[in-house]
Amino acid sequence: MRSDLSLIQDWITPGSRVLDLGCGDGSFLAHLKATKNVQGVGLEIDPENIQRCLELGVNVIEQDMNQGLGNFESDSFDTVVLAQTLQALHRPDVIVDEMLRVGKNCILTFPNFAYWRHRVYLLGRGRMPKSETLPFEWYDTPNVHLCTINDFDELCRRKNIRVLDRTVVDDRQRSSALMRLLPNLFGINAIYHITR
Amino acid sequence: MSTQKHIPADSVGLVQPQKLHFDEPLTLRSGRVIERYDLMVETYGTLNADASNAILICHALSGDHHAAGYYDPENPKEKPGWWDCCIGPGKPFDTNHFFVVCLNNLGGCAGSTGPSSINPETGRPYGPDFPIVTVRDWVNSQVRLADRLGIKQWAAVIGGSLGGMQVMRWAISYPDRLRHALIIAAAPKLSAQNIAFNEVARQSIMSDPDFHAGRYYDYNTYPQKGVMLARMVGHITYLSDALMRDKFGKDARAGAFGRDLRTGKLSFGFDVDFQVQSYLQYKGETFSKNFDANTYLLVTKTLDYFDPSVDYDGDLSRAFADAQCKFLVMSFSSDWRFSPERSREIVNALLKAKKEVSYLEIEADEGHDAFLLPIPRYMRALRAYMKRVAAECGNVVAEGAA
Repeated sequence: MRSDLSLIQDWITPGSRVLDLGCGDGSFLAHLKATKNVQGVGLEIDPENIQRCLELGVNVIEQDMNQGLGNFESDSFDTVVLAQTLQALHRPDVIVDEMLRVGKNCILTFPNFAYWRHRVYLLGRGRMPKSETLPFEWYDTPNVHLCTINDFDELCRRKNIRVLDRTVVDDRQRSSALMRLLPNLFGINAIYHITR
Repeated sequence: MSTQKHIPADSVGLVQPQKLHFDEPLTLRSGRVIERYDLMVETYGTLNADASNAILICHALSGDHHAAGYYDPENPKEKPGWWDCCIGPGKPFDTNHFFVVCLNNLGGCAGSTGPSSINPETGRPYGPDFPIVTVRDWVNSQVRLADRLGIKQWAAVIGGSLGGMQVMRWAISYPDRLRHALIIAAAPKLSAQNIAFNEVARQSIMSDPDFHAGRYYDYNTYPQKGVMLARMVGHITYLSDALMRDKFGKDARAGAFGRDLRTGKLSFGFDVDFQVQSYLQYKGETFSKNFDANTYLLVTKTLDYFDPSVDYDGDLSRAFADAQCKFLVMSFSSDWRFSPERSREIVNALLKAKKEVSYLEIEADEGHDAFLLPIPRYMRALRAYMKRVAAECGNVVAEGAA
């Protein structure tokens, strides 16, 4: 299971229904099922990942979330999770709305583009920042909608989204006093727990 | 045995169907009653002590009880059962783990009581007097079969196309009698287009002069042309444009349109010019010799009538409300008879009903027929899913054989 997922499991209620958008190989949902008796459903488009989900006994729906979540009923899940995918979607704002419609609360994680090293990279070299978290070239990156923590806060304000909790961490999922003081400058990954 | 050289190692081998007789009258959805009937059944593998490893295979329009294995040890040209790629030791429906049951449905023409059977009241074949049976009736008869075999709960009920519809009916009507439902290349009900194709098939049969209002048995004939036409139309809907282009487009000069000529030149007449014509005629003709016209009529009606949402104001998710099993739904990208969209309707109803469901859309050029073929991703998915089903059955037979 990816380490950023271990941070968010505390926000998931035992016995609840969880929709994991871009569930990967299903290990997170399998873990939640084993430890919290969660009834999970994953959305995934990669055949190999879907195969792994079947092997793990995780409910997986082959569906591209860029096409929306129109087939999911409002409030049909307790928690909707979107991990490290927001920045790769065609319309992140629409998905956030859809997540909040389908789930009573949502958990999102994304890389913070305003991390100081990215700023230095852009300022110093005058080129699109690359890092361990963002290893792609500008022309072949799946991350077409990168944002900063301040950007996401602004989106929440505009949409009247309530932030229940927020954690900002480095690439080893550790937090620090500096990150808590200046999250948009020192945080590499942002983890939000939001609701309407 | 040297005579069985043609039978592959991963086959269930030589199999023998059995005819089971049922004396308890079966009241049909139409209100009519079948007083007594036979069901032709084939089984593969061994039922375990607590009868927890049984899976039921439901056949589609032209299928029967012979889903796997061979009958004739002497005939190297014999084709195995219709789902042989899935059933056998080490195959997705692994006979090392499962006791696999497949039957010819009521109204069929492969040994179960149907229109071509003798009506005990008249001493003549039922013909058009055989009642229209629905998917619900089939499943009711399958429940009796399960009782007879001592199977209280199927580990899984599995079917493609019309078979998938029977699986849905099981999950809805007998929720405590199955643990898993595998619904492949199916639809929650037929569309107008689906019914239209069925109507063409029926009209082809009924307008054949040899049909004799369904009493052709009395005339020692059968509507061969009618069934052939019906099957030709049906067969087109089972394939895809891409598959036909590929299958009949080996000649580069004809481009990628599947326009290969049969003899290399045009006839400037109404004879067969293109290979696709002779292929379809051959398929139709072979089928017409082996399949009873009245059964074909009946089963197209069974398809037309299927709609489990009718009892729930058209809301399929309410139909699934009491289902207890887990679901695996699969579709194939080039299937236009029951397109992936139709499978997604099933999935969405299940999600709305908060059921446990997985859904796969398999990329395949083979059209509707893909569900019968050993497409690698499809086989891997079935295998993975069924492996977990087998693990739940408890006394799993030695893993090494798989």
